Amino acid sequence: MTEINNTIEKSPVKLSREDFVSDQMVKWCPGCGDHAVLAAVSKVFPEIGYKKENFVFVSGIGCSSRFPYYVNTYGFHGIHGRATAIASGVKIANPKLSVWIVTGDGDSMAIGGNHFIHIIRRNIDVNLLLLNNRIYGLTKGQYSPTSPLGAVTKTSPYGTIEHPFNPGELVLGAQGTFYARAIDVNPKLMTEIMFEAARHDGTSVVEVLQNCVIFNDGAYDELTDRATREDRLITLQAGERMIFGKDRNKGLRLNGTSIEVVTIGENGITEEDILIHDPSQHDSGIHLMLAKMTGPDFPVALGVIRAAKCPTYDDLMEEQITEIRAKSKIHCMDDLLNSGDTWTI
Amino acid sequence: MAEIENKVVEMDEVVIRFSGDSGDGMQLTGTLFSDTAAHTGNDLATFPDFPAEIRAPHNTVAGVSGFQVHFGSAKIHTSGDLCDVLIAMNPASLKANLRFAKKGSTIITDVDSFEEKAMEKAGYAANPLEDGSLSDYIVVKAPIRMLTREAVKELGLDAKSADKSKNMFTLGMLLFMFSKEMTYTHKFLEVKFKKNPTVVEANKRVLAAGFNYAETVEAIKSTVSKVPAAKMPKGKYRSITGNTATAWGLMAASEKSGRQLFLGSYPITPATEILMELSKHRNLGVKTFQAEDEIAGVTSAIGACFAGSLGITTTSGPGFSLKSEALGLAVITELPLVVVNVQRSGPSTGMPTKSEQGDLLQALYGRNGEAPMLIIAASSPVDCFYAAFETARFALEHMTPAILLTDGYIGFGSELFQIPKMDDLPAIVPPIAAPNSDYKPYRRDENTLARQWAIPGTEGLRHRIGGLEKTDVFGQVSTDAQNHEKMTYLRNEKVMRIAERLPEQEIFGEPEGDLLVVSWGGTRGFVRSAVEKLQKEGKKVGHAHFRYIMPLPKNTRQVLSAYKKVVVAELNAGQFVKYLRINFPEITFKEFNKVQGQPFTVIELTDKFNQLLQED
Repeated sequence: MTEINNTIEKSPVKLSREDFVSDQMVKWCPGCGDHAVLAAVSKVFPEIGYKKENFVFVSGIGCSSRFPYYVNTYGFHGIHGRATAIASGVKIANPKLSVWIVTGDGDSMAIGGNHFIHIIRRNIDVNLLLLNNRIYGLTKGQYSPTSPLGAVTKTSPYGTIEHPFNPGELVLGAQGTFYARAIDVNPKLMTEIMFEAARHDGTSVVEVLQNCVIFNDGAYDELTDRATREDRLITLQAGERMIFGKDRNKGLRLNGTSIEVVTIGENGITEEDILIHDPSQHDSGIHLMLAKMTGPDFPVALGVIRAAKCPTYDDLMEEQITEIRAKSKIHCMDDLLNSGDTWTI
Repeated sequence: MAEIENKVVEMDEVVIRFSGDSGDGMQLTGTLFSDTAAHTGNDLATFPDFPAEIRAPHNTVAGVSGFQVHFGSAKIHTSGDLCDVLIAMNPASLKANLRFAKKGSTIITDVDSFEEKAMEKAGYAANPLEDGSLSDYIVVKAPIRMLTREAVKELGLDAKSADKSKNMFTLGMLLFMFSKEMTYTHKFLEVKFKKNPTVVEANKRVLAAGFNYAETVEAIKSTVSKVPAAKMPKGKYRSITGNTATAWGLMAASEKSGRQLFLGSYPITPATEILMELSKHRNLGVKTFQAEDEIAGVTSAIGACFAGSLGITTTSGPGFSLKSEALGLAVITELPLVVVNVQRSGPSTGMPTKSEQGDLLQALYGRNGEAPMLIIAASSPVDCFYAAFETARFALEHMTPAILLTDGYIGFGSELFQIPKMDDLPAIVPPIAAPNSDYKPYRRDENTLARQWAIPGTEGLRHRIGGLEKTDVFGQVSTDAQNHEKMTYLRNEKVMRIAERLPEQEIFGEPEGDLLVVSWGGTRGFVRSAVEKLQKEGKKVGHAHFRYIMPLPKNTRQVLSAYKKVVVAELNAGQFVKYLRINFPEITFKEFNKVQGQPFTVIELTDKFNQLLQED
């Protein structure tokens, strides 16, 4: 892992997982994918290396939003859908904090959809963990904006008649600078992605495909089943060719304006024909195609899909303050009160 | 008729209403006249009355822009009821503003603008200057357009450019009428058009032309008046609007407390000026965040509060409704959020540019659960500065979210502001937890009941707060029945204890009498003027004007019991009176309510009070 370089103060001593373990009983259901995310956070935070007081967790409402209570950092458990807006305030107020948002598909894609797209558009330097189980868990099993068309749930007994959001598409549509996808059963990849999210300057969205054992069990079975997963998933690595499959012989290439799956060794296809992944590419066209890929024709993409450089809101704010301060003749309230048109009686 | 001597009449107070088409520059003319009066020692208050439409069609009533100034030789409380002089630059402005002119007042019109088409657009079937309908007024039919063009002819300006200076002609006339010098305006023009000496010269010539023209008009010459300087406290002054004063009061609280100011806000009339004003002050480290909606405005401010800033959100009625859930979050997390509601007519979108006091009960009770907040109401444009400062101060020192209620009338209105020294304002010391101290999120100060503020980034204070109920002292998530009840009463008691720090409620007038007039918020000036008038007539009337709404001052019961009768006057259908009835059920309250989107007038108030005095 490359070192992280920014203005957030690092810990003078090496921290460990124990530094972030909270004394609270974790009340998620046994087998819930949230546990894996919590484990990954505790593992990656010491690696990120900031002082433990510089981490802040902000959440909204939902199962995943109980997260702040279960990790020993500064934490704020907000209201439904507003974690992104609360976190914007925290980060702008103090850019020297490492701000982490934990949200779910209901919290961020439905009630908080507006704040979600706007924090991304502004590129505020926070990390957003979107735990996507495609169901409302805390209210016991209603469909969410990411539930697939036709999903049978308690509020759609005959199947949903709504087209779901693909969070990645939304992120890129809002001019996101960082989007990655992880899956709860692969903690190693999740940890790597979280580190990259922390390293990225800007809004880093990490979507975690995550199973709800009670209300939507098996939602990602095709992606997690040992027999099929190699063919159904592709893990993207910067600078590497987009090759996947049990036999490592499948790949992605551009055909005209779209992506297609090809087999190396068939029809004259060689490794040279396969696309090389470049998450830093400014144009998000290919990233969008990768984010949208879904079965059965395409593998689902995991890994850091996009990590492009772009100025952050919080940096621009600090720069503007410095610049205007240097130019202005007004340095305090007494100056301001006595400025302009005044007279003495 | 015998010839009248050309003498100067002394007057105590005068109201002038400037009106014209949106492009006629009436706001500037009104401001320049007001500034001239202020520099020559008059006290004054102003109110702009501009259309909601940005560029309404030319010469229509919808496109009329107005500005009223009330200046005098004694303390001026309001921008005035009816005017002594009405400037009507076109037929539409006469149509829209005649109802604001006193009988017998002077109406100055630009006779050149009374062309058939313009009169038709304004809705006049016949020329009002000719048909005798203005016989109750002294009408000055000045050929302003013609004389303006004449005045700048030698400068080679085309008619269109020349017409832009018409407002200077009017200003010149008024300066003559009220024995004021042209020097202030000269200085203003020299600075404003520094790069364009021709424009400076043109405006000066037109100003002088108006001044000289007035001297030739018999109706004006015979009534030249002078309003002597007011006896104002010695000091340095400036003019300020309520919305700017609110912004500056909040900034002053930020400086005094050493807490960075963060504003999360979404544009909404009539509160937007506060967002615009604060956005100018990056030089003082002010962080403004124009949010995607009202909810993001308040929740980002809550986030900033959590991070150790003075978090503020500004809004008006509909936006205040959208923030309700988040205010509950600020109540339960006990963070020093300041919410400014510049009230406007409701419900829903209502009348955005019109003022009302309709959000009081919402401020008091408009949240789910038991969610008390500190509420302070500013009473005048200048008071917005002190009320904003005080709201932030109590919020910070008592760790409670707080609401400042102002309204469109005092937000847009202006007054003369005696400039305070920052050293003279009280210190603000929020209870910030020390690094590595034995911190518990809900451990309270035994006097104020304020919890400590542990700011992220501080060593040894990691903790979690949020919208779920927490245990007393320790701050663990809890649904324990006894704990919830305890926390509910603690949150309420914390706000109520702020009363210990509030000044006693004063009565303007004798300690006892026949009729006590109670008011709150932005109506203070009108009610005070009415009460003063009745007191001068020897009537036993007193005035108790409330700034502190929640909690009420400690002596409120005593004050309300001091007079034989109590009337509560407010610009809504009776909200403060309901609140007082809940708190003081043994007292009988009369009501005087007005829900027209307009301020009170002194006349309607005195009429009502006289009627109440006469009733058994």
